[in-house]
Formats: sequence, structure tokens, C-alpha cells
Amino acid sequence: MSAISRLKYGSPNRFEAFSWYFMRVSGAVLLLVAVLHLLIMHVWYGVDAIDYRFVVGRWASPLVQVYDLALLLFAITHGVNGTRWVIDDYIHSRGWNLTLKAALYVLTVIFILMGATVIFTFDPDTSTTALNTVAAVFAR
Amino acid sequence: MASAVASIWQGITYRGKDGHYAWMLHRAGGLGIVLFLFLHILDIFLVGVGEEIFEFFLFIYHSAPAKVFVMALLFGVFFHAFNGVRIILVDFWPEKFSNLKMQRTLFRIVVVMTLLFFIPTAIITVAPIFGVDLALSQLVGG
Ligand code: HEM
Repeated sequence: MSAISRLKYGSPNRFEAFSWYFMRVSGAVLLLVAVLHLLIMHVWYGVDAIDYRFVVGRWASPLVQVYDLALLLFAITHGVNGTRWVIDDYIHSRGWNLTLKAALYVLTVIFILMGATVIFTFDPDTSTTALNTVAAVFAR
Repeated sequence: MASAVASIWQGITYRGKDGHYAWMLHRAGGLGIVLFLFLHILDIFLVGVGEEIFEFFLFIYHSAPAKVFVMALLFGVFFHAFNGVRIILVDFWPEKFSNLKMQRTLFRIVVVMTLLFFIPTAIITVAPIFGVDLALSQLVGG
């Protein structure tokens, strides 16, 4: 165990206990949600059937929107927390350890926002989302 | 840097048979999936930017190399998912599942379940490369 691991995982740190349980609970949720997502897309429809109209048509249903949001949130939090464990396991230099994790968290926030906005704010008629709005402001 | 290389090397060369393979595959699979997840959020984000740009990039997913890549990804997810269940069982019910014999059995069940899900899914995934559409909705829909 490195000094960083010992400091964090050897102490009665409630967050790490929570993190351990969270990986198991979110893993159980993903077993259903992520595996079903793969079966729907790769076995039922097939990737070649997917195009713009396919995606937009599915998001016309609030049920699909909520499902996709749950998939996004559980997969990214579970995956990023796992990546954090791997960084703590291998990157022992304090500076690099913090730098990598800081970059990971910034990226995570940006990608959660990107993934969530597109599910709920796209408009099939103009297909305008946050990015287009921002681009329009700068184009003025 | 040297310590990172040393600890990664230790993780690979430790000879712990099935438990070791399970751990390596679980970790490699998990990391591979998050990496793809970030890419996948990017491409789906393009749906919101516009129809043209989203469909422009679709040729990547519809290409043969992508299908081979997706096949590897599917293997990674199925193994990670079933091995994750094994980890949960052993951790929450150690009195039932943590003895060596049970762990061996569980690992074998994980491998069988992974192949059971992977093989048909992989065949359906690569079939379009050979001009065959095996997607179930197509087969059922006629
Ligand atoms: C499909 C159902 C899934 C189940 C049942 C599951 C289960 C688990 C469990 C129990 C752990 C903790 C392992 C430990 O404590 O040693 C774990 C770790 C991890 N998972 Fe998952 N997971 C699933 C899906 C995913 C997905 C979709 C991703 C990526 C977005 C992912 C990425 C990771 C990563 C990076 C780790 C850390 C690996 C490590 O520490 O070696 N998992 N998973």
C-alpha cells in the first residue's frame, strides 16, 4: 500500500466506505440497465439501424429519456469512481495523483452536463442545443 | 513514474491463477468501458448539434473495424458485469461464497455466463460485415 492509499483507505474514512458500497449498489443497477441497453441496441435493433431519426424518435418518449439519464448517471459515476481507485493504486506521486484526479473530475462534470442536456433539450425541428445557442451568441 | 510502472508490472506478473485473471480482466474491462463511455457521450451529444454532423460520423460505427472493436467491448462489459456479481456475492455473503471451492465454481459460472451472452451478440455484431442482418427485430419483423 502506498502512503496515499494507507492515509485514505486505512483511516476510518466514511467516504471510502460509502464509495465501496456505492460500487456494489451501482454495479447491481448497471447489471440491469447497462446490459439491457446493450441487448436492445446490439441484439434487437442492431447498430446499423441507428441513425438520427432513430435516436430522436426514441427520445420522444419520456420513459426512454429517464432510462438514458439513469444509464448516463450510474455508468459515469461508477466508472469514474473506479478510475479514481485505479489512479490511487498506481500513481503514488502526490502531485500527479491530484492532477490526474482533478482532470478526471472536471471532465466528468463537463460530460455529465453534455450527456444530460442533449437528452432533454434537443429540438427535432431545429435540432438546436446548448452548443448551437452558444455558437449563435458568438456569431452575432 | 517508476513506482507506477513497478506496481502495474506487479499486478500483471503476480501468479494467482483464476482470481488473478478475474481481477485483471475486471480492471481492464472497467477502464476500457469508461474510456468508451466518454467517446459515446461525445457522439450522442452530436445529435443535439445537428442531423448532418451526427450522421456524418455514423460511418465510423457502421464500418468493419468498428464492429470488431465493439465486439471486444461487448466481451469486456459482459465479463465485468458477471464478475461484478461474483464480487458482490463473495463480499456480502462471505460465509457462503468465500471458500476456495465456491470461488472456483463462481469463476467458472462467470466465464460460462460471459460466453453465453457474448457469442450470440458477437455473431449479430459482425454479421453485417458479411452482408447478413441478424438483428432480432429484423428476423421477427420479417
Ligand atoms: C454492468 C454491470 C456492472 C457491474 C455488476 C459492475 C460491478 C463492479 C464492482 C462490484 C466493482 C468493484 C470491484 C472491486 O471492489 O474490486 C466494479 C469496479 C469497476 N467498474 Fe464496474 N460494474 C458494472 C458496469 C460498469 C460500467 C458500465 C463501467 C464503466 C462505465 C464500469 C467501470 C468500472 C471500473 C473502472 C471499476 C474499477 C476497477 C478496479 O478497481 O479494478 N463498470 N464494478
